[in-house]
Amino acid sequence: METVITILSGVLVSISTYMILSRSVIRIILGISIFSHGVHLLLLTMGGLKTGSVPLLGRGAESFTDALPQALILTSIVISFAVTALLLVLAYRVYQELGTDNVYDLRGFKDDL
Amino acid sequence: MTILHWATLSPFLFALLIPMLYKYIKRIHTGWFVLIVPLVLFIYFLSFLPVTSSGGSVNQTLNWVPSLGINFNLYVDGLSLLFALLITGIGTLVVLYSIYYLSKGTEKLNNFYVYLMMFMGAMLGIVLSDNIIVIYVFWEVTSIASSLLISYWFYRKKSIDGAVKSMLITVFGGLSMLGGFSLLYVISGTFSIRELIANADMIAESSLFLPAMLLVLLGAFTKSAQFPFHIWLPDAMEAPTPVSAYLHSATMVKAGIYLVARLTPVFGGSAEWFWIISIAGTVTLFWGSISAVRQKDLKSLLAFSTISQLGLIMTLLGLGSAAFYYSDGMEDSLYTTAVLAAVFHLVNHATFKGSLFMTAGIVDHETGTRDIRKLGGLMTIMPITATVSLVGLASMAGLPPFNGFLSKELFLQATVNVVSFDFFNLETWGVLFPVFAFVASVLTFLYCIIMFAKAFTGKFKPENYDAHVHEAPWGMLISPVILGSLVIIFGLFPNILSSSIIEPAMAAIMPHTQGFDVKISHWHGWSSPALWMTIGVIVFGLGLYMLMNKWSQTSFYLKERDPLNQVYDNWYDGLVKGSQTVTRIQMTGLLRDYIAYMAIFIVMLLGYSMIRYDAFAIDTAHVSEVTPYMWLLVLAFTAATIAVPFINNRLTAVIVISVIGFLLSLFFVQFRAPDLALTQLLVETVTIILFMLVFQRLPKLKKEKSRPRFKLVNLIVSIGVGGIFTMIALSSFAFGSDVNYDSIAEYFIENSKELAGGYNMVNVILVDFRGLDTMLEILVLAIAALGVYTLIKLRLKGSEDV
Repeated sequence: METVITILSGVLVSISTYMILSRSVIRIILGISIFSHGVHLLLLTMGGLKTGSVPLLGRGAESFTDALPQALILTSIVISFAVTALLLVLAYRVYQELGTDNVYDLRGFKDDL
Repeated sequence: MTILHWATLSPFLFALLIPMLYKYIKRIHTGWFVLIVPLVLFIYFLSFLPVTSSGGSVNQTLNWVPSLGINFNLYVDGLSLLFALLITGIGTLVVLYSIYYLSKGTEKLNNFYVYLMMFMGAMLGIVLSDNIIVIYVFWEVTSIASSLLISYWFYRKKSIDGAVKSMLITVFGGLSMLGGFSLLYVISGTFSIRELIANADMIAESSLFLPAMLLVLLGAFTKSAQFPFHIWLPDAMEAPTPVSAYLHSATMVKAGIYLVARLTPVFGGSAEWFWIISIAGTVTLFWGSISAVRQKDLKSLLAFSTISQLGLIMTLLGLGSAAFYYSDGMEDSLYTTAVLAAVFHLVNHATFKGSLFMTAGIVDHETGTRDIRKLGGLMTIMPITATVSLVGLASMAGLPPFNGFLSKELFLQATVNVVSFDFFNLETWGVLFPVFAFVASVLTFLYCIIMFAKAFTGKFKPENYDAHVHEAPWGMLISPVILGSLVIIFGLFPNILSSSIIEPAMAAIMPHTQGFDVKISHWHGWSSPALWMTIGVIVFGLGLYMLMNKWSQTSFYLKERDPLNQVYDNWYDGLVKGSQTVTRIQMTGLLRDYIAYMAIFIVMLLGYSMIRYDAFAIDTAHVSEVTPYMWLLVLAFTAATIAVPFINNRLTAVIVISVIGFLLSLFFVQFRAPDLALTQLLVETVTIILFMLVFQRLPKLKKEKSRPRFKLVNLIVSIGVGGIFTMIALSSFAFGSDVNYDSIAEYFIENSKELAGGYNMVNVILVDFRGLDTMLEILVLAIAALGVYTLIKLRLKGSEDV
């Protein structure tokens, strides 16, 4: 299963890179949020997906899944949410002030393209 | 700090006082205060003469950075003292001259004298230091001071150009020299010149010998204006004339000569050293003399003649290094003649070139022009200036009874001696040295006559001058007259220098050869080849001057600018244009390009290392089984993700994104992470709401209208990134499961209840074991919230509020 999930997160990273390379700010933000999904999946996979019990003590389980990657991912989810929120508002404000969401038009100087 | 250290640094210390003296004592020309410093230093250095002429030396140590072996150790021997006396002696005369040359009311004297003192101190530091790093430090200070002085009239474009050019060339050489010094340290483990000389054998055997030598020589050649680095010197003539006389004839340009002479015991004796220096010197000698003939400006003519004479001294040092090859030979005098001639000509050149620059400055100052096509007939109007010029030019041309004659004869003798050498392939090529020396001497003779004849003889034409032409004030004449007298004194009584100055200096250049007995005489007998060469020089020189009307119309004479400037200009423009082009190509201002650069670089770097170390591996042993339910999830997830780039509708995009997020939380459920699943659900929901909120205010998603080539590049880059990402993850998982170490997960299982009193391990880790993470994550959220608030509320441009 680890191999499958790793390849899956690779697909997520590919798609998100493609999105980040595009012109529209919206697509870039979508790309970034997909990217963080890929990374979260990978974090969990690298900890090993061996089937153990849910990391809750006191239920008499023999083995548990690793709790540390879960804690790390939890932190990461919150942080990437904060960043996404800020980026979204920034995109909104940029569009409001400058009238475009195209990064090609957002260059500081105008020459070719 | 000994007296010697204070003396070396005194010009710097005095420079601090100059602005105050300039500001508060306006009545007296600031130069008079400055004059004290070089004068006192000159007298102080004279007191070392008895020590060095008896073969002794003075060594004073002062620790600077002892842990790195960089110490401000001063060492006075014959060579250092010769230079120190030149620097302070000519410094005194130049300051005196400048007092009359620069007017009190109109010039910024404080700047001028601060720069000049800075230069003088740095020059003293170079010649007296024993530590090559300290020499390098002072070396660069002379470059800076020289550029400041060249651009003294900074409102003139040509001054700035000349300063930039000299700075670029000399600093390039200085940095190369630093590289050479570092290599010397790598070889020998010391920065001290004494110890380098003691380890000369070890250095000669090292494989770094040649690179170190070339780099050091690059420094020496750029500073001493050797071909092809001489082009900065003629442009440095935009400096005030006292500066040209001091820096660009007598002292700074001799710093390279000093370095070569100083390091001859280290590098000398090798064929490379001999050939590189001799050839560079000879080419410079020849090129400088032929270019000087073409000049129409007095100072340019003198600049090229300086280049040529520096080439002469450099040639002699190169030829003299042959003495190291034959250090125990019986015909010592044959080899040491060249070094003798070099040292002697060094002194002579400083005297006559200093006086010539000063007279050229007087002519400029009193007539308002330096163009030889306008000047003429000044002999009767400026008799003293004309006499001093005549003496200086005759000495430079090598006529008896002046000192230039003696050193020129020694030079010719030394080049003739080369023919009889039988090593370094000299038996075949050595004959070129006397030939080039002879031709260059003829040209030297020619430009000396041109300069004198055009400026001082002929008919006086008052209409050529703006000013009323008259003889210079006596104060301006003192310095050139003193230097001119020295030219005659050294010419008539050369042996007053031989035991006091020349022998100790030769002993410093050639420490292995002992017991010089220098006797310089005017008359070597009819059998001396140098005599016949001198006669030939005069005959051919006069002949060429007679024919001047013929060849002065040729394009050779009319084009005075050195063609090598073209190379420099092209290089300079090319550098600017080239870097502009690179910047234009690279800095497109597009986010997409920058991301692509980074991605491509990362993919290439990681891909290369994976291939290079054969790092790819897939672990199939430790993986867990995939249930059919998981397959279904994976398929749905992949399908949703791959669909994203094709969506051209905002609402669809939000829905697909939320599908991905919610499927992810299903994954978390499957992987037995309830807290994660919960958080992911919540966060996804809130994110979707945010997306909805923002999207309705953003424009509709349009189809990307990129060129296919762009899309293809994007596709390749993103597949590359994903591929590398997957490969590294697979490999590290495979290698990670090979290594046998325990996860720290056991610790949390055992201690969550024990130590923290909680059953939920994830939560215990978040708030107890690794609580700091959580605290800062809260901070991140707070900052993001504040940022959002600020972005929405803060309107500095005053547009409509939300």
